[in-house]
Amino acid sequence: MKYPIIAAGALLATSALAETPVLTVYTYDSFISDWGPGPQVEKAFEERCGCDVKFVGAGDGASLLGRLRLEGVRTEADVVLGLDTNLTALAAETGLFALHDRNELSFDMPVEWEDPMFLPYDWGYFAFVYDKAKLPEPPTSFEALAAAPDDLKIVIEDPRSSTPGLGLLLWVKAAYGDRAPEIWEGLAPHVLTVTKGWSEAYGMFLEGEADMVLSYTTSPAYHLIAEQDDSKAAAPFDEGHYMQIEVGGAIASSDELELAKEFLDFMVSDDFQSIIPTTNWMYPARTPAGGLPEGFETLIAPEKALIYAAGEAAKIRQEALEEWRAALSQ
Amino acid sequence: MARRAQPVSSVIWAGVAVAALVLALTLGTLAAVFWRAETLSALGPADWAAVRFTAMQALLSAALSVALAVPVARALARRRFPGRGLLITLLGAPFILPVIVAVLGLLAVFGRSGLVSDALVWAGFDPLNIYGLTGVVLAHVFFNLPLATRLILQGWLSIPAERFRLAASLGFAPGDIARVLERPMLRAVLPGAFVVIFVICTTSFAVALTLGGGPRATTVELAIYQAFRFEFDLSRAALLSTVQFAMSAVAAGLALWVAVPAMTGAGLDRLVERWDARGAALRAQDALWLLAVALFLLTPLGMVVLGGLRGLADLPVSVLQAALRSVLVSLGSALLMLCLALPMALAVVRLGHGLASNLLEGVGALAIAASSLVIGTGLFILIFPIADPQALALPVTALVNAVMSLPFALRALIPALRDIEGAYGRLADSLDMRGWVRVRLLLLPRLRRPLGFALGLAAALSMGDLGVIALFADPQEATLPLQLYRLMSAYRMEQAAGAALLLLGLSLGLFWLFDRGGRLRADT
Amino acid sequence: MLILEKLVIGHEGFELRADLSIAPGARVAVIGPSGAGKSTLLDAIAGFLPPKSGRVIFQGRDLGPLAPGERPVSMLFQDNNLFPHLSAAQNVALGLRPNLRLSKAEWQAVEACLDHVGLAGFGARKPGALSGGQRSRVALARVLLRDRPLMLLDEPFSALGPALKAEMLALVRELAVETGATLLMVTHDPGDAVMIGDQTVLVAEGQVHAPVETGELFSDPPEALRAYLG
Repeated sequence: MKYPIIAAGALLATSALAETPVLTVYTYDSFISDWGPGPQVEKAFEERCGCDVKFVGAGDGASLLGRLRLEGVRTEADVVLGLDTNLTALAAETGLFALHDRNELSFDMPVEWEDPMFLPYDWGYFAFVYDKAKLPEPPTSFEALAAAPDDLKIVIEDPRSSTPGLGLLLWVKAAYGDRAPEIWEGLAPHVLTVTKGWSEAYGMFLEGEADMVLSYTTSPAYHLIAEQDDSKAAAPFDEGHYMQIEVGGAIASSDELELAKEFLDFMVSDDFQSIIPTTNWMYPARTPAGGLPEGFETLIAPEKALIYAAGEAAKIRQEALEEWRAALSQ
Repeated sequence: MARRAQPVSSVIWAGVAVAALVLALTLGTLAAVFWRAETLSALGPADWAAVRFTAMQALLSAALSVALAVPVARALARRRFPGRGLLITLLGAPFILPVIVAVLGLLAVFGRSGLVSDALVWAGFDPLNIYGLTGVVLAHVFFNLPLATRLILQGWLSIPAERFRLAASLGFAPGDIARVLERPMLRAVLPGAFVVIFVICTTSFAVALTLGGGPRATTVELAIYQAFRFEFDLSRAALLSTVQFAMSAVAAGLALWVAVPAMTGAGLDRLVERWDARGAALRAQDALWLLAVALFLLTPLGMVVLGGLRGLADLPVSVLQAALRSVLVSLGSALLMLCLALPMALAVVRLGHGLASNLLEGVGALAIAASSLVIGTGLFILIFPIADPQALALPVTALVNAVMSLPFALRALIPALRDIEGAYGRLADSLDMRGWVRVRLLLLPRLRRPLGFALGLAAALSMGDLGVIALFADPQEATLPLQLYRLMSAYRMEQAAGAALLLLGLSLGLFWLFDRGGRLRADT
Repeated sequence: MLILEKLVIGHEGFELRADLSIAPGARVAVIGPSGAGKSTLLDAIAGFLPPKSGRVIFQGRDLGPLAPGERPVSMLFQDNNLFPHLSAAQNVALGLRPNLRLSKAEWQAVEACLDHVGLAGFGARKPGALSGGQRSRVALARVLLRDRPLMLLDEPFSALGPALKAEMLALVRELAVETGATLLMVTHDPGDAVMIGDQTVLVAEGQVHAPVETGELFSDPPEALRAYLG
């Protein structure tokens, strides 16, 4: 008897809202938390679309993709927000996503954007964040970090469970190619520990457990703008910095495909983009007319941006992971 | 005592139904993941390395927890001092603490910039570096030492006072008492305690990841996580989970062989007069052990409290709402646990001693060996085609947590039920008290203590859980642990520390309320 | 009439045979060496122990298919005759309705029974707040209230002092006479057997002997009883 009751409940729910279309947006959990962009984004889009935006949160980017794959074509999602370029190739393989037809758009990012399915909404550089008072002369490259005294400790995230962790893996690989194992061996003595996710690593860094933590170049902006604390900085590395680009896409089988594409247009508009810097603490993909918030100009601007094309990252990952595991397991 | 001949009663059917539910949630979800897998894959060398590490750290953690618990339990068993009851309650805290909160507390004490390191540096030494196997084992001992102490303390208190009196009249020295009375008890109790903790440690995930220091410290649960997330390799995840079950099954097989000790909430406040232990040296020894373990277990908790005080003041309303929601979910979970544990315990007791009752009890214990990731994913696979997982977020969380705390509840309820049936079963039979009447008038009132303990444990464990809800989470219905994580991922570490303190307080508070409720006016 | 018809009871490796009948309203002491199976015999009659063979027949009815609570039996055990978490009145009331849902008149009957055993006004107390003798009286009040035609007593007063025990035995005798019930009481004390009534059954060497007049039995004890009495 349970099923008819649930079905009846679902029917009631849909018929009650029949007049207002519902746009279901799958995204990672921190996007929709009270402190993320979600609440403002929902309000701004509902004002212009006359629809009801329903966010569904699923862990982080990788869990999001896993959930989509579990659901397949029966997914409730109309829009998926929060995959990054390391995942877009796999996401495209599911065949669930529609082409965005917005090829003429241009973005304020260090690299060109040419993906036909996904549109970027924000981006950032991975970087090691440190406390200026405690570490007056931070290393300026991976090699310098490896050569530093052993008591200089870093906390990194696990590439098997976390997006920044995977970013670091690809960063070393992109910068050093075949020399990556050697770099990792040099880094090994400095790795205090490897955490499940960004939150644990950053929390440990703030507690003073480590001298540096793998995060983003934009992290110091949070402390500066939200806490008026300018003690944190990101260390510029000579090799260049690996990029993370977060994207959104529309589900092809959606009943609200038009609305979904409208949302993607909204996503790259000023209204959405101006919310990003101080909620997601990343760079907006298209700098809004009002510019970036005060404080962002103090952040380091890497001279060289590193990134693998969507398909390449997935291919390299397994090999890079083995190298990482071998080097750190010794 | 042979029971009167009667058809298989409704009690047994109810127990079997609960067992079926537990099977569906553990092995059923595992089967669902297997079934949904697109390819068949084998386990690689890295997976086997993870299996080895998991087994090794679990062995070490269990051995150390049990070994340290012996002197602590002995001291608690033979000493009375002000605050003894409070100490026993507080010693239970780490076991019910959310992992992330506990790890932050541990780091505040044993981390590179923790209290101990600060002291070492001040004295001119290098700071501690606990990361690696040391850290993993340290954290597991922190979590499980209280459990081991509790189990062993019960063993001590189960030695009849008359035997100690007899020993005193025969002029036994402490060494004689140890040989004649205590060692046989320990031989019976220790293996079971060891196995329980071993199994708990095999499913560990977050501890190994945060304190493990690198990929050497990869547990099976982490490998499952990885298989799910990046490879989306459901069959490998399911295989790994099967290995995890197999490890626990081996341990559980050993446990049946050596008998797992009961875990009653009753009688820990009993004190046996010990004429042999009055010497100053023994008193000092006991005092030292108690002091050491209190420091080890309570300082990290104290650091969580200290660290959270500032953030507690400006917790946003949404965190308080999440806290309320979590309290409701954990109350629901505790109630559900009761609805599951009671029929199952009744059925196990009704079946007497034998294969059928052992099997039923074994099913009830399956959940400790289950991977919460597999349960979550399998449930999602099963539920998604017929209902909106998000709408079921809170009920599913409550249900899974209820099943997760079932093994502990059964360990508390079954021996107590056996005692009740032994003492009052014939009287109730002769008065024709059957079915619900027997439960209401005889069993529930006499089960108050173990029930209070089991309910408190279920509520507290559910409070801190984050495992299953990830796939089902409804953003508008976030629970407190999820909200804590959200605060952390939004850089708000100070508020997160406040939320952690709130979580600690609520978990302990719920446990205390239920446990206390079971003791108040419990006529013996 | 209580008939034990070719009854064979097996329990934990020993066997007890009984083939006898007891007159209605008889008050019978069950006596014998410890371990001979006195309690086992009562358990079999009360339905706690299914017989290996043979039948227990009471008032022409085979009790075999009946569960303990359904038999026309009131039983008192060596200990644990009261539930410690229930009040005296509740413990008595259980004899009338196992679910404790009693009408006003039935509660009055409970009070009356407590009154009868000399415990007027003690109904609200829990067993923990009663003395040993008072607890025995509560249990007897329940037997009175149940008013079953067969009373089985398995040494329920062995923990009481001699004076108190005598008092209880007198009360038991009085209740049995009053209700006309058939009484079987296990005891190891010949004095008890004399006090309780007319007949005695000897249980020894795997055999339940037929009842004989108590006075006769002790004036000319058979070999087995002589060994027990010493």
